[in-house]
Amino acid sequence: MEPVIRVEKLVKRYAGRGLGRRSAGFTAVDSVSFSILPGSTLALVGESGSGKSSIGLCLSCLEQVTSGQIWFEGRDVAALADKELRAVRPKLQMVFQDPAASLNPRWAVREIVAEPLLVQGRVARDDRAERAAQGLERVGLGAEYLERRPAELSGGQRQRVAIARALILEPKLLILDEVLSALDVSIQAQIANLLVELQRALGLAYLFITHDLRIAAYLADEVAVMDRGKIVEQGEAEKILRSSECAETQRLLGAARVERESVDAVRQR
Amino acid sequence: MNGTRGKTDLRRVLEVRDLCVGYGRRGGGVWRALSGVSFGVGAGEILAVLGESGSGKTTLATAMLRLLPGNGRITGGEILLEGRDLARMDAVELRRVRGSAVSIIFQEPSLALHPTIKVGEQIGEVLRAHATRNKRERSERVREILAKVFSGDIERIFSSYPHELSGGQQQRVLIAQAIACEPALVIADEPTASLDPTTQSEILVLFRSLRDALGIAFIFITHNPALLAGFADRVLVLYAGKVAEAGATRDVLFAPRHPYTQALLKCVPQVEPAGAVGRKSPLPVIAGAPPSLGVLSQGCVFEPRCEERMEICPVREPMSAVVGEGHEVACLKFSA
Amino acid sequence: MMRFLLRRLGHAAFLLLGVSVLAFAFSTLAPGNYFDEMRLNPQISAERLSALRAKYQVDRPVAVRYERWAVALLHGDLGFSFAYNTPVAPLLWTRARNTLLLTGTATLLVWMLALPLGVWSAERLGRPVDVALSWATAVLLIVPDLALALGLLVLAVRSGWLPTGGMVSVGFEGFSLGQKIRDLALHMVLPVTVLVASALPVLLRHVRAAVAEALEASFLRAAEGHGIPRWRLLYRYALPAAAHPLIALFGFSLGALLSGSLLVEVVMSWPGLGPFLLEAILARDLYVVIGGVLLSTLFLVAGNFAADLLLYWADPRIRAGAPER
Repeated sequence: MEPVIRVEKLVKRYAGRGLGRRSAGFTAVDSVSFSILPGSTLALVGESGSGKSSIGLCLSCLEQVTSGQIWFEGRDVAALADKELRAVRPKLQMVFQDPAASLNPRWAVREIVAEPLLVQGRVARDDRAERAAQGLERVGLGAEYLERRPAELSGGQRQRVAIARALILEPKLLILDEVLSALDVSIQAQIANLLVELQRALGLAYLFITHDLRIAAYLADEVAVMDRGKIVEQGEAEKILRSSECAETQRLLGAARVERESVDAVRQR
Repeated sequence: MNGTRGKTDLRRVLEVRDLCVGYGRRGGGVWRALSGVSFGVGAGEILAVLGESGSGKTTLATAMLRLLPGNGRITGGEILLEGRDLARMDAVELRRVRGSAVSIIFQEPSLALHPTIKVGEQIGEVLRAHATRNKRERSERVREILAKVFSGDIERIFSSYPHELSGGQQQRVLIAQAIACEPALVIADEPTASLDPTTQSEILVLFRSLRDALGIAFIFITHNPALLAGFADRVLVLYAGKVAEAGATRDVLFAPRHPYTQALLKCVPQVEPAGAVGRKSPLPVIAGAPPSLGVLSQGCVFEPRCEERMEICPVREPMSAVVGEGHEVACLKFSA
Repeated sequence: MMRFLLRRLGHAAFLLLGVSVLAFAFSTLAPGNYFDEMRLNPQISAERLSALRAKYQVDRPVAVRYERWAVALLHGDLGFSFAYNTPVAPLLWTRARNTLLLTGTATLLVWMLALPLGVWSAERLGRPVDVALSWATAVLLIVPDLALALGLLVLAVRSGWLPTGGMVSVGFEGFSLGQKIRDLALHMVLPVTVLVASALPVLLRHVRAAVAEALEASFLRAAEGHGIPRWRLLYRYALPAAAHPLIALFGFSLGALLSGSLLVEVVMSWPGLGPFLLEAILARDLYVVIGGVLLSTLFLVAGNFAADLLLYWADPRIRAGAPER
């Protein structure tokens, strides 16, 4: 099967800013390659500073890549000019970690969800309202949420709105950057279930960026572990989680496993 | 609800009885954030307060030091710190107690530090507020404290500004501030929420070592049950401003009796996947959403979402019942 | 740091150059010049007039005159005043000094009042004292400076307590040092009061707003939680955190030192730069006008530059080039 997106030797360097000693630039992403099959999930796992968020930003064309290629629908989107990108953007959408920051606090939910339609033009107002309502329904929010403001919503509800907004242009690939990290555990479960359901219903591919191996284990078909800008291990989720030999993966697993072991230890006391 | 207290334990550092906290509403009236919360913390004990958003956990943390925002007030109950009631203390006494007998560590370390004051000085300010006037003495003491909390690089950290430090380092600075005057109790509100998993474990280990070395008791507030095993001594589960369950970690985490606790713990995904079939089958969730704060309900506040609800649940409010040694549950299954 | 300084200095130089060109251009291109006025004066003969015109090269093209003026400037020569028949620089300097005495004092007073009052207000936001203060400042804001100045003058005349204008009394030269200071101070009371009254409301509101915002910050609650005393929370934590907008305003204050007091000087007959420049403009005394404009601009630019430096010093995040939160 053709992958939905194929990244080849992606490099992202941030130039130095400021005037002090800290003005040297640094390489966030160092020659990374991977691909995602349609309808599947690739989890990009790593600690902060590993470069995973930068990859997300590059793939959604929100940041310019330093070098490398991103093959999507037969074209290298990393090399496209702004005007050509407009046609591509709807297919590559991103959802962010902090729903409070990514939703305009002055707008009603209906306007937030319909905003991409507005930006793309060519959709009449009534159509927009209808599609916003449909979008909300798809993420499990009823019509009574249309006129609410973000401040009146809980964290989980805000994330649902953000997801609805991302889906309204019917993308092929959804980039989810730490979307569950700011949520309560029980809400994480709800949103994770929603994501799985949406993937099945709409045939979406996901790039799921996280530092939490548990959730990655649950959601992903493939896992890529990142450390300081490089992918240090990549492969089927199951294989990596059971029999990885890579130091960084062990470290991330170890943190999670320690808790598991102490759980058993306490149980046996 | 009667807390986990039998005879009066003289070694108790903190004793909270029937605490009620409300927020004034704009049109008059009060939003009840906490109703009748009671619990105790022994000397050197790590008590975890487990609660999701809307449970009132942050209100609990800020209420104890009387740091509620403008429209919040304690409407009832006592907060006894080594015998003195914090809820009724005057401002002068309160200022003396804060930071020296009991400290609080807020969420979001990057926001809890002043952006343009060096970190060493910010820790020094705590000392200065509680009597160490001499500047040289202060600096020396700050370095000592930093050494307890950081494993190296003390000089650099001492003269850094907050934005020059990583999230984990900033959190350690907050911890250093909290232990500077060697308080009997430290309240930590979601101290690991914004950190990487490895940093999280390091911070938890740090808390334990501080407890072991300095005998400080901790109240550790979190929404993530996965952190607590092997870390907390006792757990208090908070739901909608009331205590649902309280007891030793082993009891609450592995033999929970309250339906909410049971449902919550099931939501935590396991690391080892259940195989290709198990993956991506729906995670267990708790249906519905937590009630908005302060909506006065008759009967049990968890009832609408409870899978084991009985006929009596919407009618009568559950009182706490003892179900094991030091283990109490507020559920009508056990007290009706 | 050096790069930052040099860049700012470069901007400043560029700005001054631009202003000088514009000032020169507008002044010379405006209809009429000094000598046209003189033509109306029957006492001056036509030959005399054409001799003067030749001497001052009034008939040369604008660009040439500008170039000559610019070159002279680089030698510290600000040109010659037609009206006073003396070099411009010493004239400007005396007047500027008088203005600075007034505005310097007023600026100092305004900040010394606005900071504590603003902090005090911010702490009591929304409460009766704060509301009362807001109303008082609103009233001050609404009353036009002119009305205030004239009103105070009337008061002075009626009561006879204070001199009604000017900078010094007759016979100033003969006073002892103590008497001189007293005399000067008395003359300063009214104009300084007007200046302070007009600048205070705006500054006070800004201080109040900036400090109120800083008081909401998490780090302030955290510090409160550590038992840090109230006054220290306000002045060591909140006020520095509110520094950004205040430093920018301080830059404006500095910048307006020479240019902000025209009205007051005219009404109260204070021999400052303002009335002097006004007179020169009306008389088309070209080099005085340009010299004055340039001097004012210099202060403005210097004020902003000082603000930039202060901000750089006050906020380590700017030094590191880190994005602000």
